[in-house]
Amino acid sequence: MKVKQLSIFLENRKGRMRKALDVLEKGGVNIRALSIADTSDFGILRLIVPEPDKTKKLLEDNNFLVKVGEVIAVRMSDRPGGLGEILGILDDSDINLEYLYAFVEEKENGAIVLLHPENIDDGIKALQDGGAEVILAKDIYGL
Amino acid sequence: MIWNEKAECMSENDKEALQLERLQMAVKRAYESVPYYKKRFDELGVKPDDIKTLKDIEKLPFTTKDDLRDAYPFGMFAVPRKEIVEVHTSSGTTGKPTVSGYTRGDLEIWGEVMARGLCMFGVTDDDIIQNTHGYGLFTGGFGVHYGAQKMGATVIPISTGQTKRQIEIMQDFGTSVMIFTPSYGLYLAEEIEEEGIDTKTVGLKAIGFGAEMWTEEMRQEIQKRFNAPAYNIYGLTEVIGPGVGLECSEREGLHISEDHFYPEIIDSDTHDVLPDGEKGELVLTTLTREGTPLIRFRTKDVTKLTRGKCGCGRTLVKMDRVTGRTDDMMKIRGVSVFPSQIEKALLRIDEVEPHYQIIVTRPHLMDEVEVQVEASESLFSDEIKELVGIREKIEDYIHSEIGLRVKVTLVEPKTLPRSEGKAVRVIDKRKL
Ligand SMILES: [Zn+2]
Repeated sequence: MKVKQLSIFLENRKGRMRKALDVLEKGGVNIRALSIADTSDFGILRLIVPEPDKTKKLLEDNNFLVKVGEVIAVRMSDRPGGLGEILGILDDSDINLEYLYAFVEEKENGAIVLLHPENIDDGIKALQDGGAEVILAKDIYGL
Repeated sequence: MIWNEKAECMSENDKEALQLERLQMAVKRAYESVPYYKKRFDELGVKPDDIKTLKDIEKLPFTTKDDLRDAYPFGMFAVPRKEIVEVHTSSGTTGKPTVSGYTRGDLEIWGEVMARGLCMFGVTDDDIIQNTHGYGLFTGGFGVHYGAQKMGATVIPISTGQTKRQIEIMQDFGTSVMIFTPSYGLYLAEEIEEEGIDTKTVGLKAIGFGAEMWTEEMRQEIQKRFNAPAYNIYGLTEVIGPGVGLECSEREGLHISEDHFYPEIIDSDTHDVLPDGEKGELVLTTLTREGTPLIRFRTKDVTKLTRGKCGCGRTLVKMDRVTGRTDDMMKIRGVSVFPSQIEKALLRIDEVEPHYQIIVTRPHLMDEVEVQVEASESLFSDEIKELVGIREKIEDYIHSEIGLRVKVTLVEPKTLPRSEGKAVRVIDKRKL
């Protein structure tokens, strides 16, 4: 149920994000989803890729600082309020969300939201109990 | 146990009388036998006869490492080369080394002061000392060696390296005293544990430290690992080598053998002599050296002096553990700051010392300090708020260490410059 996510530490310096993406491109890595969080000093680039461990090594070989973490992927219904429903489920279960990001899934013509609650296991349970469609990791990597 | 009670427990009056008598002789010898001193004294218009009290030492010129280097190789010898029985050199980062020449008498003094130190550590003639300091042109190995010989202990002159062999010998020979640099000690402890041996069972009685800067945390760690007290050894090749300052059982500062070395603390900018208790640059004059006598040698080491009878019974003045070099000292908004203090703060965050760089600027009228720290596996978190928290924590630790607020920036791994040998820790962009 848990989807592996790579987090890359980026200095807030010109060209660093580009450099990371170049490394991935040269390595033939297909990025499924991407988000960036930043402050004035530094940023964190978060990625979902088909082969997280292999990609981590590739980035580390190029001197990037990388951590592998976990997120939950949930399919959003393709109608207004879809995201609100999901957040509502977590809220009702008193689960704190640290961050989220979403991407559009071409095949199904829908969107998938990636969630990082404080506690992943509690999050998954709450979402499933609340009727949300939690997607398996292999389905995400293979999209 | 006190090795030489007569010398180490003198009353202040007796000590000063002895020091004055020896200072007068040392100055006279330097002036008459070393052209360099004659020239410097004459330039300042001082004569050996002007030394009527100990305070008169302040009339004399300072000697720097550069002065010694200029006299390379044997220009500072105060005796014919024939009377020199051993030489050591101290390497500089640039240019020629400085040369220290020892007569038989000098080696005798060296052994004597170092034996006093070993005695402070609780070592006796029944102990087996494993000396991992290097034997060679550098004075590290020989100082401990001569002290151990003087005392009559068994010394294993194993020198640095060959860690597996070190461990084997420690066990087979029943080493009771280890002499190592703190970083080698920590490495050794790890290797011992790696071999599945409990370091605590090695059965050490004492550890002697030297030759590099360390933090109190490092000492605690080593003491814990080996289950034995660790004592500080201070010395400089130019002055004699290890043995100038040694720590007693109180482990609160190092006793200087004042009957052989006369210490002063000066403000390294104004050159004023500072009162006891104030931090500044240590300046040493050798009172009994024959081969290469030194007058007011500027050590560039920062410390302070404390007088009075010590808990161990000795009356010899004590110097603090050296916490910085004047070379590294930065004046930030009027406050003296050392990279070692920043290091200490960083070590509180992470077990391994992260790479860092200190950048000092003066954008307006105020000095600003930025400390760039390379993020590492253990410092990096996937969450912005945690990363900001780590950064703030480092800022707080540095603040409590130096009393100033600095800006901490986390940078990517391996992006800070590394130079061969010494890392470039400080970049001062102020136009002072
Ligand atoms: Zn003492």
